[in-house]
Amino acid sequence: MPIPFETIAAQLAGVGYIPDRGLAAAVWLMQTLSRPLLLEGEAGVGKTEVGRALARTRDAKLIRLQCYEGLDQSAALYEWNYQRQLLAIKAREGADAQAVEEHVFSEKYLLERPLLAAIRQERPPVLLIDEIDRADEEFEAFLLELLADFQVTIPELGTIVATTIPLVVLTSNGTRELSDALRRRCLYHYVDFPDIDREARIILSHLPRIDVALATQIAQMVGLLRKEDLRKKPGVAETLDWAATLAGLDLRHLRDEPELVHETLACVIKTAEDRSRLTREVSSRLLGMVA
Amino acid sequence: MSAAPKSDPGRAAREKLGGFARVLRQNGFAIGLGETRDGLKILAGPCGERRASLRPALRALFCGRQSDWRKFDEIFDAYWSGRGMKKAVVASGAGRPAGSRPRGGRSGAPQGAAGQAEAAEGEAAAPGRGERRGATSRETLAQQDFRHLTEPDQLAAAHALAAQLARSMRARLTRRMRARRAGPKLDLRRTIHKSIAHGGAPIELVFRKRRDKPPRLVVLLDVSGSMNLYAALFLRFIHGVLTHFREADGYVFHTRLVPVSDVLRERDPRRAVERLTLISAGVGGGTRIGASLADFNRWHARRVIHARTCVMIVSDGYDTGAPELLAAEMASLRRRCRRIAWLNPMIGWRDYAPEAAGMRAALPYVDLFAPAHNLASLEALEPYLARI
Repeated sequence: MPIPFETIAAQLAGVGYIPDRGLAAAVWLMQTLSRPLLLEGEAGVGKTEVGRALARTRDAKLIRLQCYEGLDQSAALYEWNYQRQLLAIKAREGADAQAVEEHVFSEKYLLERPLLAAIRQERPPVLLIDEIDRADEEFEAFLLELLADFQVTIPELGTIVATTIPLVVLTSNGTRELSDALRRRCLYHYVDFPDIDREARIILSHLPRIDVALATQIAQMVGLLRKEDLRKKPGVAETLDWAATLAGLDLRHLRDEPELVHETLACVIKTAEDRSRLTREVSSRLLGMVA
Repeated sequence: MSAAPKSDPGRAAREKLGGFARVLRQNGFAIGLGETRDGLKILAGPCGERRASLRPALRALFCGRQSDWRKFDEIFDAYWSGRGMKKAVVASGAGRPAGSRPRGGRSGAPQGAAGQAEAAEGEAAAPGRGERRGATSRETLAQQDFRHLTEPDQLAAAHALAAQLARSMRARLTRRMRARRAGPKLDLRRTIHKSIAHGGAPIELVFRKRRDKPPRLVVLLDVSGSMNLYAALFLRFIHGVLTHFREADGYVFHTRLVPVSDVLRERDPRRAVERLTLISAGVGGGTRIGASLADFNRWHARRVIHARTCVMIVSDGYDTGAPELLAAEMASLRRRCRRIAWLNPMIGWRDYAPEAAGMRAALPYVDLFAPAHNLASLEALEPYLARI
């Protein structure tokens, strides 16, 4: 029998996301055990992209909830359409108050927000809860409850039970310590920066026309840059930007144009402090290590 | 594995996995029954056939944080390779309160002191009154320099006082937070609901109150040789701060920085200190304040510091590193947090002037430079902290 997560890995690769083995296993498990998947890792390693790719492999709808400080239920779960409610109340002035109330608090006036939308789909969607660490602890507790029973109680309307259970992917950047309860509930995968081979494959899958040798050199160079003492390590998106720039310049080997490489490093290095640390000497030393 | 009876392979697998879960728990993994159950499903499924596929599957299931993730492979190999299966596998640097409590035998002796400390805490927990009573009734003790506290019961009393101080600080801070809760934002959902009774006219307005983040206190304690006399007491103080503040974090540093919050959250101070001795190798050596601060800024500040954070550095400022580094890191820390308070036990000494190069480099970035040689000086900080 083929190992199930090799199929998953192939599917993900098919939509342009090259996973490592552990991630494929985690994705397979979240489908078999129906647990949410918590992804942690440094900024720029492609955590959000996992959710997107997963939705594409299953041809499912991607519902994304971006968390922020002060995110509450009315922005995440549901809200009533107040303007229309007020209009409706005015239009029915003099009518039986009970009937008006029932009308105004009906499905018609309910605004779905991502979490409610995610449990009311025809087909199971992928629910991406991005940067959960930015939301408050209270919201995290509420989310935990939702992820446990997949039902929502709206006081005016009653309980809404999920028609389908979404695949839930949570990402965290570690700006706040998440609760143990949430961690226990979720499968966990720590997303590391890709190794050179995987990063080269990522470049190739996004820029199919780039030279294979050049892609490997770029991956090596970025790998070396990440080992330098930088405040912001370059992420995968930065690598792709840089690769796109260099590919457009019709370059054969990185070492042929050290000056150009140094100039275009701006794609990869994003803070002034790091920029000043990466002098010409440093960049040519790194270039010397690229095979 | 070879010894498993062929008649009931499921049972052998269950036991093996149960044992693995136990080992992981001993290493500080938070694993519940649900996880073990799901682990069995994995073992019974197509992944269970090969170890190469079992490893990533179990790792995704059993890990909950990055530190687990790093330890997992080592433990997995040690356990499933069959070697050392029977004895507990404990990865290096592991140990959380839940699993490991091997030093029970020693707890008998100092019971009396523990009871006393608890009683003092219980007394002070009564809200609103007598928050400072402990401090004033023990005036003489409060005035005494920590250097001269040697009697064990004096020390115990000082510890209780430190804990109580942390508590009273918190009381101030939270009270202030509540008073600030008022915002002009209308809660439409509730307002509309109320308006139905008035035929749709929003007569009763409902407001939303703004929620402030509770202030957070981060304590960085110098435990190098020159701070020897004060370190133990301030550790107790950090312990009090961590137990009683809603949001707090503690670190100690000498030549490097060690986060101690996890260890000190241990409710029992004595056990906390025991666990601390395990991680504090190097205490009493030289100091590299600048490098330790750099560590903090680099790895911890993003998570720990927000706009209402007060960073409290307890150190005598004798730095063996370059003062330029210290100044740069202080500047970077200053940009991030609300206040920096530097507590220096030496200020309490007669004829002290901040002459140490490190101390002078750091001073421009410090909001409050205060003595911390006795409990009274700590208590004097309370109004300052309340204003954060």
